[in-house]
Amino acid sequence: MIQVFAFYLFACIMIGAAALTIFARNPVHSVLWLIVAFFNAGGLMILLGAEFIAMLLVIVYVGAVAVLFLFVVMMLNIDFAELRAGFVSYLPFGMLIAIVLAAEILLGLGIWSVGPIELAQRAAPVPADIHNIQAIGALLYTRYIFLFEMAGLVLLVAMIGAIVLTHRGRSGVRGQNIDRQNRRRPQDAIVNIAQPVGKGVEL
Amino acid sequence: MTAFFQSLGLPFEGAWLLSTIIGILVIALPLMLAVAMIIYADRKIWAAMALRRGPNVVGPLGLLQSFADGLKVFLQETIVPSAANKGLFLIAPIITFTVALMAWAVIPFDTGVVLADINVGLLYILAISSLGVYGVVIAGWASNSKYPFFSAMRASAQMISYEVSIGFILICVVLWAGSFNLTTIVESQKGYYGLLNGNGFNPLLFPMAIMFLISALAETARAPFDLTEAESELVAGYQTEYSSMAFALYWLGEYANVLLMCTLNALLFWGGYLPPLDIPVLYCVPGIIWLFAKILFFFFVFSWVKATVPRYRYDQLMRLGWKIFLPTSLLFVFLVSGFLMLTRYGGAA
Repeated sequence: MIQVFAFYLFACIMIGAAALTIFARNPVHSVLWLIVAFFNAGGLMILLGAEFIAMLLVIVYVGAVAVLFLFVVMMLNIDFAELRAGFVSYLPFGMLIAIVLAAEILLGLGIWSVGPIELAQRAAPVPADIHNIQAIGALLYTRYIFLFEMAGLVLLVAMIGAIVLTHRGRSGVRGQNIDRQNRRRPQDAIVNIAQPVGKGVEL
Repeated sequence: MTAFFQSLGLPFEGAWLLSTIIGILVIALPLMLAVAMIIYADRKIWAAMALRRGPNVVGPLGLLQSFADGLKVFLQETIVPSAANKGLFLIAPIITFTVALMAWAVIPFDTGVVLADINVGLLYILAISSLGVYGVVIAGWASNSKYPFFSAMRASAQMISYEVSIGFILICVVLWAGSFNLTTIVESQKGYYGLLNGNGFNPLLFPMAIMFLISALAETARAPFDLTEAESELVAGYQTEYSSMAFALYWLGEYANVLLMCTLNALLFWGGYLPPLDIPVLYCVPGIIWLFAKILFFFFVFSWVKATVPRYRYDQLMRLGWKIFLPTSLLFVFLVSGFLMLTRYGGAA
């Protein structure tokens, strides 16, 4: 009973939040609705018994990706009138993408529920005594180790690429050398001089 | 407790719901009381280190000061700035407060005394604490005022930076314990060298304990990393436009987070509810008392740091997080997993 209630609660809020992500007029509100949707997706994962995936979803998407989205959107100075003006010209393109996506979803659902071909088992049997972290780990580090490491490598390359693309070695800027600052002692910085009267200080 | 309500004739789901709600109240209400007293303790410790008396007027020794403050803000008018984004402005403190309470669901107070004994407890805490940044960011943006906005920018960058190294530090502990479950992590710390309880006594994990303490200071934006509330630069940071209960919710949430971080320090590195020495006599003292003693010790350290260390500059904060803590914690993940590989899991695979 509680599970059914929780499922419909999470699912309804998620669909509502996803709709509001699109319909919200303010981009910051859009991002916040997106976060609500992610969070409820996490809840649905927990109901499926995939608590590890649920936690990762919250940590990665809500805790990191959405914060960066929010960060960027908050910093933008968005002119809403200008945004609205482009709506009609983008409409055909948007419709095209929407139709393609909708067709894909329908096709996927159709094959999954009525088609004669059994593409995959709907739920793999879960051994009772193995937590799903252990199960994922055991699969990821044995059977899918090369794919896993390849994914890691792609991320590493992307990270280095992002740094290379955005890093500008500006010349003529005085940077701080923290080690030198820390090594500096009073005797390096202070000099006692007996300054004769009427003469300028030698610097 | 579910079994008890079931014996009264309730169906399982009703009994479970009732016992969970009671469990939440049993944790949340004392926590609120603890937050009130810990604010008082913070002010007293801070005052003592500055050779002042601190709060000493309301009640004996000023013990009721926090309640007087609470009553005062409760009676104040809630002011919403006319340029603010009203809905988000009011939701932001609620988010901070709720998130600060949520993480306590998985904290074990004694053997088996835990509201939700889930096997991803530590990940849950990491997930919940990563939500904490939204209360601050939304407040800064919704206030539509420049100082709160600067503060929100600083807060989000700071929290994300330190979450990375906290994540790696936690991985070291998880590797050692072999589980994400907090109860298992605590139990695995029993009997180092047959005498000591606590990962902190492990030479490989001791540096992690120190780094976790410092990262915890940064994560909760306590001094010396309280750049989000640097009063000389940002008035009161993201709370500048808040008044009345909304302001009080930030305070409560902030101190509940500080207590949570102290608890995590105790649980992950210093044996949690286990006594510090693995001697049978010490187990006569209930585990919850050991845990509270450790939490209070770490809270004292937090206050001590606040009273004695000057505030960091923002670039120093970022340098510490990204250039020192991140590589060091990454190195220790490597060292710990290598050590375990060679000793516990029998050499090269």
